[in-house]
Amino acid sequence: MHATPFNSQRRLPAELRPPLGGLDPLLLVAALGLVACSLVAIGTATLDDIEGDPYHYLIRQAIYGVIGIALMLGIARFDYSRLRELKIGVYATMIGSIVLVYAFATATRGSKRWLELPFFRFQPSELGKLLLVIALAAFIVDRWRKLGEVDTTSRVVLLALAPAMLVVAQPDLGTGLVYLVITGALLFVAGTKWTHFAALGGIAAAAVAVVLVGAPAVGVEVLKPYQTARLTAFVSSTDNPQDEGYQLNQSVTAIGSGEKLGRGLRGATQTRLDFLPEHHTDFVFAVVGEEFGFVGAAIVLSLFALLIWRALRILTTAKNLFGALVAGGIAAMLMFQVLVNIGMTIGIMPITGIPLPLMSYGGSSVIVTFLALGLLQSIHAQALATAAAKRRELAA
Amino acid sequence: MMYRETTERRPPLTPQLALRIAVLGGLALVMFGVIFLRLWYLQILSGDQFVAEANNNRIREIKIQAPRGEIVDRDGRVLVGNRTAFAIRITPDQLPLRQEQKTELYDRLADLLPGLGRTEIRTEVREQLRALPFSTATVKQDVKLPIVQYVLEHQDEFPGVTVERVFLRSYPHKSVGAHLFGTLGEVTEDQLEEDRYRGVTPGDRVGQSGIEYSYDRFLRGKNGASRVQVDALGTLTGQLARREPVQGRQLRLGVDFDVERAGAKALGGRNGAYVAMDIKNGEVLALGSSPSFDPNIFAKAIKPSDFKRLTSKANGEPLSNRAIQGLYPTGSTFKLITAAAALEGGLITPGTVLFDGGSLQVGGVTFKNAGDASYGALALRRALTVSSDVFFYQLGLRANSAGDGELIQTWARRLGIGRPTGIDLPAEAEGLVPSPEWRNRLFKKKLTDRPWTPGDNINLSVGQGDLQANPLQLAVAYAAVANGGRVITPHLGLRIEDSDGRAIQELETSARRRVGLDAEYRRAILEGLRGAASAPGGTSTDVFKGFPIPIAGKTGTAEKGAGRADQSWYVALAPYPNPRYVVAVTFEQGGFGAETAAPAARRILAALFDVRGDGKKTRKGSSRTN
Repeated sequence: MHATPFNSQRRLPAELRPPLGGLDPLLLVAALGLVACSLVAIGTATLDDIEGDPYHYLIRQAIYGVIGIALMLGIARFDYSRLRELKIGVYATMIGSIVLVYAFATATRGSKRWLELPFFRFQPSELGKLLLVIALAAFIVDRWRKLGEVDTTSRVVLLALAPAMLVVAQPDLGTGLVYLVITGALLFVAGTKWTHFAALGGIAAAAVAVVLVGAPAVGVEVLKPYQTARLTAFVSSTDNPQDEGYQLNQSVTAIGSGEKLGRGLRGATQTRLDFLPEHHTDFVFAVVGEEFGFVGAAIVLSLFALLIWRALRILTTAKNLFGALVAGGIAAMLMFQVLVNIGMTIGIMPITGIPLPLMSYGGSSVIVTFLALGLLQSIHAQALATAAAKRRELAA
Repeated sequence: MMYRETTERRPPLTPQLALRIAVLGGLALVMFGVIFLRLWYLQILSGDQFVAEANNNRIREIKIQAPRGEIVDRDGRVLVGNRTAFAIRITPDQLPLRQEQKTELYDRLADLLPGLGRTEIRTEVREQLRALPFSTATVKQDVKLPIVQYVLEHQDEFPGVTVERVFLRSYPHKSVGAHLFGTLGEVTEDQLEEDRYRGVTPGDRVGQSGIEYSYDRFLRGKNGASRVQVDALGTLTGQLARREPVQGRQLRLGVDFDVERAGAKALGGRNGAYVAMDIKNGEVLALGSSPSFDPNIFAKAIKPSDFKRLTSKANGEPLSNRAIQGLYPTGSTFKLITAAAALEGGLITPGTVLFDGGSLQVGGVTFKNAGDASYGALALRRALTVSSDVFFYQLGLRANSAGDGELIQTWARRLGIGRPTGIDLPAEAEGLVPSPEWRNRLFKKKLTDRPWTPGDNINLSVGQGDLQANPLQLAVAYAAVANGGRVITPHLGLRIEDSDGRAIQELETSARRRVGLDAEYRRAILEGLRGAASAPGGTSTDVFKGFPIPIAGKTGTAEKGAGRADQSWYVALAPYPNPRYVVAVTFEQGGFGAETAAPAARRILAALFDVRGDGKKTRKGSSRTN
């Protein structure tokens, strides 16, 4: 990338420069708070997981956090608007990296999602979420004047469907859904007609019907059996340890047994004795619920609420449509992931393997989320700078 | 280069965009609201329920089997003990779920356990779990130590397989007394609902027959439990609490092992049975059936082939306890009852003389003495001593026409023939005293070829025909005549003790009923029996020649018709004239009572009275019997 960084602060006199270099302090607090909660939850939950290395996951998650924060602060200093020029490269990178997975990925539990890098396992589909937001936002801005046309809407949807299908086929149904949600959110914020949404909704419903009911009936397996099982497990949970419903039961039990103040590190038997599966990744919220009870869960929820509120707020103040769309896409992505992940741990959503942003263990997810937050901070900083410039023009 | 297009500038917050952002915000609000309410419901409203569920997850109660109490004889010699063994069990919810993995596991187990195949293990596990769902299934009860160690060292290869220390019954004396003890078996679902099994949990082994059944309440201990914490894989992570098991109570029997063994030896494996009992209090000193079996094979699950062998007719059905389940005509031993009935019914007095001309003709049928003997004129005492059939035929004939015609039947039943004795063993046979009412009912239903005739009563008077009784019933009847009319309840159990032999509860039984027996009549009968074992011409005089204890006894030879060897009987009361014990012996194919049953009774009596070195002196008795 050789685009000249657009650094607005340099052109402003000191008294007009926004504090914190234009960063949104509340967004920052929310992000740092969530990382802190994540470290506590993962640190306590994984003490016994690797013999002789009680801090294995804690140390790694902390490193991912530090890297993520550094990247966020770095990105915040650049003008995100530059990314519009790079939309083709962004889109190509996204598709290319996901395709790379098919060529080189190592399979974990039957699914190929990760590229083995020397220092960590990189999950292109995670980065792809953000790249999709940028590329689609740029595309929509380009076709801003033809937004009411069916043509525009269908092109956007097709642009999104390509990576989404690739991800679903890895198979990673959850992340694929995130791609679709992002697309919907971008169209929604951009102002696509309600009739288009109604049509898209109809097509989606038909597609779901075909995949879940129609295709199996004629013998075509679109979803792997385990995916169907996971999707339907929350409707019928059982006690069978090898059943999908078992995970849900254990997660709900863990959270419920936390009661008001939690069972503490020692008393959290669901986590410590491994009844709670994936307690540092997908079910990390259940760890919080068990160890710190309603109070702990409420704190984490509040931090997420703060995060999403700031994201929506930044959406309204963005200096241009591209910024507004990017902020809207990121806000929708965060909302969807929070809802689906926490919803899963408390038994009101199916198991989809979507990580909880900033909380779940995993370098790709943490770093990509911070990249997204960096973009939000950039949008915020640019808005402040533009507003300040406007005030100066008016004053002059 | 910079963008300076319209889209580059901040778009005004159009009402449309404001609405859509509001929708997004509203969605977020709803989402957080739903999550918050759900958390409130889970953590605040139903938290305690989930705490219980979480504890239920991690806490396992492991049952620690309590050893059963030992069973000892009257001198404290152990008849039924315990030994520890290792059992391999399967906990179904920890088995691998996939069928192939389960099959592999069963294959590995089958390789390890000799004599068990994969399919056998699977059927076994399946059947046990069908009988008692949610419990564990025993694959093999008594596993050798090297196998146990292998399983323990390779637990990861055997998911769901556990090794448990169990107590198995041991029977140091093998086949001697085998019929008394009975067997243990896992409690059944139906039994769990019964009152007598209160406190028993699924999977426990309880007495299913014999003494083990009758005194199960005392013999079974209280299982202990170990509360342990396990993780999701079922691996033990620590013990939380432990309750020690309490061994069951010791049961002391009235059985004298020496007598029991003497009886077993006297029968020598031939089909038969013996009983030795205290005539005053009903304590059973010996009770046995032959052929016998080694109860140790029942300590663990019995093989079908063994069971078949033990129940086959060709092998003499070793499992059946002939002393209480045998149903035989008693032959002349029944004359005691006929005598008591005739005396008390006023048909004769002890001095009444009847003539025995060798046979009696009734309705065209000739009833003869055995061996074509004739004894001339004789009264009751002599009739008992020489066992004159014709004397008793006449009593049977008279009884048939006196009163309701059931004088003998009434007295037989009063004295305990044809009804359960109430001994503390399950599955006692009732027997049968044939009566006009009984046969006429059968005839009406066309189950027999003819109605009751006086000949039936004549046969009954000497214990032939349709009569069905067992040695224990005869012992009770003889005891009642000897002890002055108390029909006692035989019992094996003497008392319940702690493991050091201190008494906790005496197991006394009262007499079931009293029958009025004139002392003079009793004396006459006993004198007749005494003569039979001591006077010249007595049926068993030869057998008891030289025996230091004075005996009163009666031989019996029951014809079982059509080419089948006669049932041989002997019932003895000793010491005469104030008897303390009754001994009853029977052989299914023994011929004359004096030839087989009486010598066997002598051996038992020798053990009972501690007569040393008597075994060799027993000689063959005279061939004149009945």
